[in-house]
Parts: sequence; C-alpha cells; structure tokens
Amino acid sequence: MSAPRTLYDKIWDDHVVQQDEDGTCLLYIDRHLVHEVTSPQAFEGLRMSNRKVRAPERTIAVPDHNVPTTGNRDDRIEEEESRIQVEALDKNAREFGVNYYPVNDIRQGIVHIVGPEQGWTLPGMTVVCGDSHTATHGAFGALAHGIGTSEVEHVLATQTLIQKKSKNMKVEITGKLPKGVTAKDITLSVIGATGTAGGTGHVIEYCGEAIRDLSMEGRMTVCNMAIEGGARAGLIAPDEVTYEYVKGRPHAPKGAKWEAALSYWKTLFTDEGAHFDKVVTLKGEDIAPVVTWGTSPEDVLPVTGVVPDPASFKGGKVDAAKRALDYMGLEAGQKLTDIKIDAVFIGSCTNGRIEDLRAAAEVVKGKKIAEGVRGMVVPGSGLVRAQAEEEGLAQIFTDAGFEWRLAGCSMCLAMNPDQLAPGERCASTSNRNFEGRQGFKGRTHLMSPQMAAAAAITGHLTDVREMM
Amino acid sequence: MDKFTTLTGVAAPLPLVNIDTDMIIPKQFLKTIKREGLGKNLFDEMRFNRDGSENPDFVLNQPAYRHAEIIVAGENFGCGSSREHAPWAIKDFGIRCVIAPSFADIFYGNCFKNGILPIALPQDVVDILTEDAKKGSNARLTVDLEAQTVTTSDGQEFHFEIDSFKKHCLLEGLDDIGLTMEKASAIDSFEAKNATLHPWV
Repeated sequence: MSAPRTLYDKIWDDHVVQQDEDGTCLLYIDRHLVHEVTSPQAFEGLRMSNRKVRAPERTIAVPDHNVPTTGNRDDRIEEEESRIQVEALDKNAREFGVNYYPVNDIRQGIVHIVGPEQGWTLPGMTVVCGDSHTATHGAFGALAHGIGTSEVEHVLATQTLIQKKSKNMKVEITGKLPKGVTAKDITLSVIGATGTAGGTGHVIEYCGEAIRDLSMEGRMTVCNMAIEGGARAGLIAPDEVTYEYVKGRPHAPKGAKWEAALSYWKTLFTDEGAHFDKVVTLKGEDIAPVVTWGTSPEDVLPVTGVVPDPASFKGGKVDAAKRALDYMGLEAGQKLTDIKIDAVFIGSCTNGRIEDLRAAAEVVKGKKIAEGVRGMVVPGSGLVRAQAEEEGLAQIFTDAGFEWRLAGCSMCLAMNPDQLAPGERCASTSNRNFEGRQGFKGRTHLMSPQMAAAAAITGHLTDVREMM
Repeated sequence: MDKFTTLTGVAAPLPLVNIDTDMIIPKQFLKTIKREGLGKNLFDEMRFNRDGSENPDFVLNQPAYRHAEIIVAGENFGCGSSREHAPWAIKDFGIRCVIAPSFADIFYGNCFKNGILPIALPQDVVDILTEDAKKGSNARLTVDLEAQTVTTSDGQEFHFEIDSFKKHCLLEGLDDIGLTMEKASAIDSFEAKNATLHPWV
C-alpha cells in the first residue's frame, strides 16, 4: 500500500512530466490564464525566438487590469498606455490562436472570475496565470498559483513549469460561523493569525466544517487570499458543492467524460494520516467580522477593536506599524468604528461574484449611502453584471447611490481610472491594503462585502451585525 | 539570461519588513510592454515626492547609495503581486543582489529568471550586514555565488543556502525555455498518456 498523501501531493504527482535527482520537476500545466499586464513581454519573447504557443486550446486570455469600468470602452480606451496593453493582448491572442474574451464580449471580466464561470477551471487541474491571485482557483481542488512573466513565456512555449514541490500546510476552520461572518473574515483572520509570511514555501489546504459549509463563491474568496498569507496556492477538496457548480458550464466535461471526470475527482482528498508540515486551526465560532487597520493584510482586527499601539509589536513590526499608522492617518487607541471613510469599493477577484453582490445588496436595500461617501460596485464579469441586473441588485445599488460599473479589476489596484485621491480612505472588498495600492497615498481598509456595504450607509467602519 | 558569479558593491540598507511589490514598482508603471526602463521608477512612491522631486531621506537618493548594487532588507521582501516588473525595475536600477531574512515565493523565483541573486540569511546576520551597509559607499559587500558566501567590508564571512539547480542556471546564465524544449518528447508522452487517463482535461 502506498503512503497516505495530501490533496496537494496527489495533484502534484499526476502532473510530473519528469523529475531530476535534486527534486526539480517539470510540471504539466492544464490551464494557462493570461491578462494584458503580465503577458506582452512573454508573447514578444516567443516572437523573437520564433516559438509558438504549444497548447493554445489550454490558454485563455482576457483583459481586466487596465480596462475602464465606465463609458464606451469598447471603442477606445482613452488612456494611451492602457490602450496599448489591451491592444497588444488582442493582437497576441488572435495571432497565437488562444481562447479569448475581448472587452466587448459579455463573458469578459476579471480573469479569476471568468475561468471558473466558463468551466475552464476543474478539480485536479494545474492552473497558472501571471497574477498572484490565481490562488482563487484552488477552491475547486485545482493546484493554482501565480507566476512571473518569464514563467508565462515558459508555459506558453512548453505547457510546463520547472518547479520544486512546496511543503504541505493545513488550515482547519472548525464549527460554524456566527451570523454576519463570511468567507472574507475567515481568510483575513487566518492571515491575521499566521502573518503575511505564514504560508511562505507552503501550499495551504483549507478544511473543516466552516469551509465545507461555504458556497463555491465563498471558497474562492478564501483561496484567493492564500497569497496574502504567503502561500502560493490554497486548496479545498472538491465535493458535491463543487460538482454542482461545475456541471453544465461551457467548458466542463459532458456525458461519458463527465462521469469519468467525476470518478477521478472523488479521489481528490487528503488521505487519513497524510503528513502536514504545518497545521493551523481556528474555531469558526471565534471569528468575528474583521477589518484591516494598516498597510499589510496581516494588520487585521475584529471591527469591535481599537487601533493598536505600535509598541505592542515585536522586532521589525514596531517600525512597520508606526509607518502604517502614519500612512493611514490613525492614532493608537482609536476605535475602529470611529474611522470615517470617503469611498467604498465592492468588487475584485476576491469579492466580485454574484453572491458577494447579493450579500452587499441585502445590507444596502432601501437605504442611502452616507453624505459625502462615494460608492462603487464593480461586478467581476459581464455575466455577473447581467445576472445582478436580472435579480434587481443593480437597482438596489443605484437607488442607494452607488455607481454601477462594468466588469474589471477597477479600484482593487488602480491601474485604470478608478483610483483614490491622496489621503482618501476606502472601505474595500479587495485583497491588498499596501501603500498606494488604490491610488497614490490612498488609504485602504479591507473587509467583507457586507461590512463595506454597512460602512457605505453609515459613513464610518461599522459592525454589520448591528444592522442585521 | 545574464550570468551571476561574484559581485562586490555598495549595499543599501532598507530595514523595513514586508516590502511589497507595490512599493518596489507601483502599478502605474506596469503599463509598459517592455522589460527595460523601469529602474527610474524603482521604489517610486518612497523615492519621489508627488511633484516629482526626490525625497532626500530615501536611501537610494543619498549620495553614498545612488549606485548601490545590493539591497539589504527586512523579512518577507517582495510580498504581494507576481509582477516580474519588480525584479525588472531592481535590475534596471543596477541592483543585482537582494539580501533579506526571507522572501515571498513568487518574487524569489522571478529574481532568478533575471540574473538577480536573492539571498536569505538569518535575521541576526542580516542585522550585521545592515550595520555594515550603513557605513556607506566605502563599505562594500562581496557576494560569491559559487562559494555561497557574503563577506562584509571588514572581512566577516557568512555562508548562504541556495537550490543547486537555481545556482547552476544563474552561474551559467542558462535559458529555462531552451532547456525545457529539449525535453519535448517527454512532454509529448505525458500529453498522450493524459489524453487517455483524463480525456476531459
């Protein structure tokens, strides 16, 4: 009998093309997602060496980072550099014959929302993209991680990556989540507990009752931020919830292939007694709605808390916390719920799916955004947008005073016109609160869609449980 | 790819933890379709004021460090995005080696694709190197990849660990894609086998 293996071990083993004596492997890549920011130099590299895309049928391209989320962006993107990148992707996608969703296609959206939505992402696959939030696809029990542009070129040319295996880390969330606590609170709380380097060198498998209870959308939110915890990839073993989500999607298997796939997918779980190098356990009952107060995703606290004193930290974190409070314009001891905001951003590959919009709309319904606050809802894809309009969510948002936008990365990273002005403070459902992330000197507080919606209504960080 | 063998140069101390990729190269500079030219925007929001003038307090703006070739930084260097623009900007500025207690995985891997050597050393050693770097341009660190050592200006030598394959590629300046393309028949066989085993993929 073979030794018990983790889910990560199993997916890894099934993709090794060749292994060298020192453990360096050539790993086969089943799906390669491509966007306009990290791919132009890779396609140019292919062209210069006279190389082709080895498996265009496994390659999926979509513009997302640069695209404006208003107006007639189909015709022409005003900003020249953004336009050049989007046009370069268009040219490269057509020239190399890869699957492609252009800006004017209703299926266009954030690459990590489009992949699962179209059924490209399936359990047991290896999925890569020149984007760190590729970890999102791990929600399907797929080994998915971000790569640099040199590796994008490597995958385009060879459909493989040169890799060494990471270590196994288990993050278990036991029990049930309290009311008002979401997948975003789970993933932020894990980062708060382990730090942004807690998962470095590891692939995380999330498990436990609170994870099993999540929808696919929630699981994607959890895995999406594995990278903020330092892990390249996060995984959740597939189950009925996964199969139900995948079934019938345009690129999901059908008929006999579906049955064959299903019987393989059912083998994708961590065996009893398999070894984990690191284990972290949180009780679902202990997780509260959280917000970030600083400039690192590990700067997480329950919304009922106060801004911490930098002196309460150790080592290099003391200076980092001082710098963060200065940047964020906050004082130690200040109640988090007293922090006033200027903007609200609901969207991104972390929280731009239909369930996120439903949750935010439920809080917002029948209310108005606070005076002086600018609210923006950016669906993760054209299809999410269409569905939200059909369900009446768009109307709820616009009635409350939110801007209802077209799909894209938007204010998650401000590579497009959606940006904070210097000093502006945002309640954001995105994934990074780094300095300048949402605009030069912009201040970001990360939180769940419900919490962001609540902040929009009151004008300050708010415990959404008080509005339920 | 450029080879990396030995390097003796000025090291800039940057003792901050969690230096992220948005600090290294802010998003507005990711709109290039080239690999070159990003050095002028390395650490842009720390290095320059909003009006474009230099922030004199930032280490790379100080006379001793304007031509630094090494950075000595805090833990978890390069966390955040997968953007290879980060190592491109570092290299374009003229830096070929980053020393820190730890690195984010993707950034670490990206360095090797661009002839940059990332060296992870324990915090107490990094503290010694940071103090040495603070001496300015008369204090040069020496890095020897073959021997896997870093030597301070006063001759203290420290050994570092590195993956043997990555070391080999960096010493020889090898192109990964060329190496992998020589294994095309193994990839062909894998695909053929997988088409039978997992026909839905």
